[in-house]
Amino acid sequence: MAEDGRDESLATDDESDHTALSLRFLPMLCGVTAQMLEEGSTLLRRMEICVAEAEKRNGKNTVNMQETFTVYLVETRPMDAVAEGRNQAPDSLWRRYSEFELLRNYLLVTYPYIVVPPLPEKRAEFVWHKLSADNMDPDFVERRRVGLENFLLRVASHPVLSNDKILHHFLIEEHGWKEVVYETGFQAKADSRLRALSATFRVRNPDKRFMEMKHYSDELQSHTSQLLRARARVADRLYGVYKVHGNYGRVFSEWSAMEKEMGDGLQSAGHHMDAYAASIDDILEEEEHYADQLKEYLFYAEALRAVCRKHELTQFEFEMASQELVSKKQQHEELSTGIVRTFSFKGMTNKLFGQEAPEQREARLKLLEDLIAEGEEDVQEKTVECGEHVERAWVDMHRFKEQKDKDLREALINYAVMQISMCKKGIQMWSNAKECFLKM
Amino acid sequence: MSGQTFPADFSGHMLDLDEDDDLEVFSKNTSLADSSPMPNSPSSMVNQYRPEEEEEEEEQLQQQQGANDKDIFITVDNPESHVTAIETFIMYRVETKTTRGEYDSSEYEVLRRYQDFVWLRSKLEETHPTLIVHPLPEKFVMKGMVERFNNDFIETRRKALHRFLNKISEHPILSYSQHFKVFLTAQELLSHKKQGPGFLSRMGETVRAVANSVRGLRSRPEEFSLMQEYVEDFSNKIYSVDKVTQRIIKEQREYLDELKQYSPTYAQWAESEEELAEPLNGVASCVERCSKESDEQIHHMSEVLVPALHEYVLCTETLKAVMRRRDNIQAEFEAKNVALASRRADQESLQDEVDGLADRVELANNALRGDWSRWQNGMRSDLKSAFLSTAEKNVDYYEQCLAVWESFLLSQRVEPGEQRDGEDEPLPTHPIID
Repeated sequence: MAEDGRDESLATDDESDHTALSLRFLPMLCGVTAQMLEEGSTLLRRMEICVAEAEKRNGKNTVNMQETFTVYLVETRPMDAVAEGRNQAPDSLWRRYSEFELLRNYLLVTYPYIVVPPLPEKRAEFVWHKLSADNMDPDFVERRRVGLENFLLRVASHPVLSNDKILHHFLIEEHGWKEVVYETGFQAKADSRLRALSATFRVRNPDKRFMEMKHYSDELQSHTSQLLRARARVADRLYGVYKVHGNYGRVFSEWSAMEKEMGDGLQSAGHHMDAYAASIDDILEEEEHYADQLKEYLFYAEALRAVCRKHELTQFEFEMASQELVSKKQQHEELSTGIVRTFSFKGMTNKLFGQEAPEQREARLKLLEDLIAEGEEDVQEKTVECGEHVERAWVDMHRFKEQKDKDLREALINYAVMQISMCKKGIQMWSNAKECFLKM
Repeated sequence: MSGQTFPADFSGHMLDLDEDDDLEVFSKNTSLADSSPMPNSPSSMVNQYRPEEEEEEEEQLQQQQGANDKDIFITVDNPESHVTAIETFIMYRVETKTTRGEYDSSEYEVLRRYQDFVWLRSKLEETHPTLIVHPLPEKFVMKGMVERFNNDFIETRRKALHRFLNKISEHPILSYSQHFKVFLTAQELLSHKKQGPGFLSRMGETVRAVANSVRGLRSRPEEFSLMQEYVEDFSNKIYSVDKVTQRIIKEQREYLDELKQYSPTYAQWAESEEELAEPLNGVASCVERCSKESDEQIHHMSEVLVPALHEYVLCTETLKAVMRRRDNIQAEFEAKNVALASRRADQESLQDEVDGLADRVELANNALRGDWSRWQNGMRSDLKSAFLSTAEKNVDYYEQCLAVWESFLLSQRVEPGEQRDGEDEPLPTHPIID
């Protein structure tokens, strides 16, 4: 597997031309590369997707109160139109964040063995003081737009998720989509939290690899959130350092007015100090993109854990079913042989009050046999369910791991690039200031 | 100018006969022929003051200083704690190496405490009331410091004392002060300290000065009014610059604290990763190295820029005092002048007094005038050098950090140049169709 799948895509057949084309319109976010496309997503090859804009709307919410919310424009364009160079206008529709959430919840329930890509955060977290935590803040809305687009691209390039009908519908049909989703009845299929929690505690033999993965997801979540918190604090402080230099600008300027020889040098030095102070805004805005890349994986950790929990649940249900079966078989044996191996209430009453009539016994034996048959079917089902989940989940978790390693490595590289850029600016600013001081 | 009667009157505040040595410098016919050109400059500066030649002299002065025929080298070091029954204090070693003729030896080593420096300075100010004598470090530190004998405090003070003596030694007039020589050479300073105007006479001076200031000046020559204004403005500006600098250092320290907490988060994360461990540790190490650079940069600022600015903050008090003293000298003359006008008797002796005071005023003004431009040049040069040094260090800081991050990129087998160069797109676009 080439490190830079992008280059590879350019070199191969015409199919990759389509892929390459699609890249022109891909938002430039790390992680979504030609490599992913090559790995078998069909949707993204057929269709170009982007979240182009965001707009404010006013409307009534579920309790009939006025509210302001943001809608996002989802644009799609068939790939062959792009290939033929037809400057066709894209199809578009508006979606709000809650609809994205609905889509994701549907996917979570329907594909419990897939590590489902996360949505960008609902509320701004890990803010440092300059960024407002306001959802209406234009910077926040813009970063969210990018995050939503990233979500769609990840889903549309996923080998399994990209084939989902509801997803297609989401991208193409604006109205009535919600009803269609509800009609799938996915909500009923959702596992109750209580059941899942109970399973976590009571499961006896979960797959070791899944337990390790679950442990890893906890670690990932903890480490990324610590990192994000520390980064935000560093950003806050760095902002302070740069901005205080602006005071030099002001004072130098005033001072230069009263000096003869020193005046010019001081004044121009002051201007450079102002420029230095101003430069931090762009630097930190850019760093937010890095933070967003990390946040994506913070939220991915939750998705990973969900897959592991599902395993615990299916394994637990299999164990329960097996146990039931064993117990029924045992009862049957006891009843038919008359030997009581284990203590039972029936055994006690038998001893005390005498055995029951043969007809009753027959009836009970028959019942048990039916139950056993059912039970065996149940165990069979559960085994399949559990096994399938393990198999598919393992594949996706592996895919996720590779994606994560690649994406995060790129994110770290991007971070280094940002730092280099910041250093270069600093060198320039202070070299300029030095020239001014020389003139003093 | 009557060169002969001056010494007695000009040194109205002095009773030291030793001051005659000091005043030789004022005479045109210097007998210090064997020593360096230096003595000429003070005399050209003060004694032969002629307005039209002011600029020329200033140039000369600068050239003299630029030529740097330094004939005296002083160091202050080796602070040591001395304990007596009554008190504990620090003694500093003052080492002098000189080729000047008036010094008996070419090397001296004496022990001095802060009080001794205070004595020297007050003597210099007494003798030369309108010369700008470099300030001493403060007696007490304003905030934060609890213990007088904190190592940082002692070191800061030592450096400032060193600078003080060197500034005096570079001053064309003060450098030849007898008090200065005594300070540098006498093994036992106490006996010299006992000489000089007694407490009562000093009291008298103060009372006179206050009385004069209450009376007010008739009219201050415009050049000194402008000077006064400048001093006020400069005082505000330098104080602001000092404050801003302190604030910057504070912010930088807080930034550094956060950085130190930041780098471990990468290392900790690396522990639970396989493929990612290497780049994560790489970033952790980069952040750590940048922290070190930041630490050095803060240190440099504290050692270079802060003391330089602080000295000039202290200077403003000196300048204000000099302006006040000049004003007082003028006020005294004016008072006597008024008295002369109103009195009938004692006209002759009063006239002599008035003449004497008039000369004193002129001398004082000349001294200040000359020293003023000298001081301004010194200020410009000192602050320029401090700012330059700071800017250079900052460039160095960023260059070091740049190298750190670039080496990280290399380790990831990515060419630093290939990546975006501060543009908006995070990934390079492809030169595709069209």
